[in-house]
Amino acid sequence: MNLSMESAPGLVAVTLVALATLGIGTWGLRFSRTTSDFMVASRSVAPRLNASAIGGEYLSAASFLGVAGLVLVFGADMLWYPIGWTAGYLVLLVLVAAPLRRSGAYTLPDFAEARLGSRPVRLVCSLLVVCIGWLYLLPQFQGAGLTLHSAVGAPTWSGPVIVGLVVLVNSVSGGMRSITFVQAFQYWLKLTALLVPAAVLVAVWVGDGTPGAATSEAWGAGGWSTPLGEGGGQGLYLTYSLILATFLGTMGLPHVVVRFYTNPDGAAARRTTLVVLALLGVFYLLPPVYGALGRVYASELAVSGRSDVLVLELPRLMLDGPVGDVLTGLVTAGAFAAFLSTSSGLAIAVAGVLSQDVTWRGPRGRLHGITAFRIGAVLAVTVPCAVAVAAPSVGVARTVGLAFAVAASTFCPLLLLGIWWRRLTDAGALAGLVVGGLGSGTAAAITLSWSTDHGWAGVLVEQPAAWSIPLALTTMVVVSLLTPRRVPAHASRFMVRLHAPETLELDRG
Amino acid sequence: MSEPRRPSRPERVRVTRPPQRSASRARAGELAETRLGGVYMRSLLREQLRLAWWVLGALTLGVGALPLLFWAAPALAGVHLLGVPLPWLLLGVAVYPFLLALGWWYVVRAERNERHFAELLEGSERP
Repeated sequence: MNLSMESAPGLVAVTLVALATLGIGTWGLRFSRTTSDFMVASRSVAPRLNASAIGGEYLSAASFLGVAGLVLVFGADMLWYPIGWTAGYLVLLVLVAAPLRRSGAYTLPDFAEARLGSRPVRLVCSLLVVCIGWLYLLPQFQGAGLTLHSAVGAPTWSGPVIVGLVVLVNSVSGGMRSITFVQAFQYWLKLTALLVPAAVLVAVWVGDGTPGAATSEAWGAGGWSTPLGEGGGQGLYLTYSLILATFLGTMGLPHVVVRFYTNPDGAAARRTTLVVLALLGVFYLLPPVYGALGRVYASELAVSGRSDVLVLELPRLMLDGPVGDVLTGLVTAGAFAAFLSTSSGLAIAVAGVLSQDVTWRGPRGRLHGITAFRIGAVLAVTVPCAVAVAAPSVGVARTVGLAFAVAASTFCPLLLLGIWWRRLTDAGALAGLVVGGLGSGTAAAITLSWSTDHGWAGVLVEQPAAWSIPLALTTMVVVSLLTPRRVPAHASRFMVRLHAPETLELDRG
Repeated sequence: MSEPRRPSRPERVRVTRPPQRSASRARAGELAETRLGGVYMRSLLREQLRLAWWVLGALTLGVGALPLLFWAAPALAGVHLLGVPLPWLLLGVAVYPFLLALGWWYVVRAERNERHFAELLEGSERP
């Protein structure tokens, strides 16, 4: 690690973000008193604060670093990633947001148990939450290693360790309540950290006489600006599979669902989602700007396979002197905030499930509440952290894409049918979860451990969503229809609870 | 977390998951189990689901059809508007206001449906 002037801005940025995160977390601690505070901020977060927190939590390393890198290398078809991540919230708003809030469920396993009254379904859901959570945490930690290496020259293992420690301290001490403030702050930090450098760099590009804009080969070379990449049937399949995975996967992400519980009621859940759509839309205008500028100024990053650091290195490539240093510090701070916020949300979600569904025994018998939650948090962070240190990176946005595919193939059918179809049974749900989870999970494992070839088989494995979602959904429906006697006795009552507006219920309170 | 317990502060309650609301159960039962309640409930569900299909249909046509469009007419990728290729303008910018508008329309309509439902029930209770 060389502590030269080169690494000073990055070092300052990382330290400041870590300190601010811990500081705001400690400040929020004054409001955290009960386990309910820990887990769901006692359901008292206003839509605008909550939406900022959701945005802060949702915009991960994949959004901050990954998209720009992918656009640099592969071009316009990679714009489907941010579109899908935003449209996923629209699908969630339309089909899930208000009923899910009204279900009173805090996690996906809670929802499954309340709807179907089945322990086995609950346990499979818990297992899936932990798997998806870890699959999503992995690229966050790897991205942190990448960032620290690029910004400060620190060894790659230090990123996962530092992010892991800060997340652990924050979630273990303050839980959901203090995390809400931290994440709301981090959305605005991330937006500023991407917006200000982008504005300056575009000005520099205009000052340079807009190189690359007039010539059509800069846009068109190698199909870069066509939204289907290599085109043909496989390109079309990959694009649509990605669209399905992201549009339908958002509702099944563990840290997203938890956030809905912190709304006071169903109507507030809808309004929060609407604000989230706006916040995400504004943020996602920016990464393509970096991708396009990178095409002109940093094409060697694409060739050398280091495209994930494009956002971090572009300011120095385009600007010398203190301005470049300050901008580098800013984007480093934003990237670091991205790892911290998403990892915190995921760690809390996974820890919540681990503490509820696994019995922890201490020296004085069973552990309850906050203690179990803290043990869960330690487990939730250390496992993916260790994997991130040991395993090589597969590309930040791609790994996140796989987590979306698994979520879309398991929790999406469960939520959709659970909310809108009275005749769903526990046997149907179980069969669908297992089929969808095994199908998409195997595909994800193959993609992560071997580089697949480019035939149809490789394409189907690389983006499993287009076949695994219909498969899981069909299994759930068919098995439910085959087991009509297992429709839960309280199904009709539960449907009323999901869909009737709260104003009615309060009248009879 | 281990501060001295003051008498003014209420006893700390150990909660492992948020309490389920039970006050609304009676009402929910009434809506689920009486015939009239069932009719009202199904009509609300149908309205909300129809609204959801409208939004998802618009999403599929407006955004989901774009890959197919560019696949069927590759020449469109070469069209420039304001110096920016059409795919970039559509996928990078125009999509987001479109999504927000759809979401806003949905929230307004969904709340209206619920208001009508509530008015209907209030009306049926006080003839």
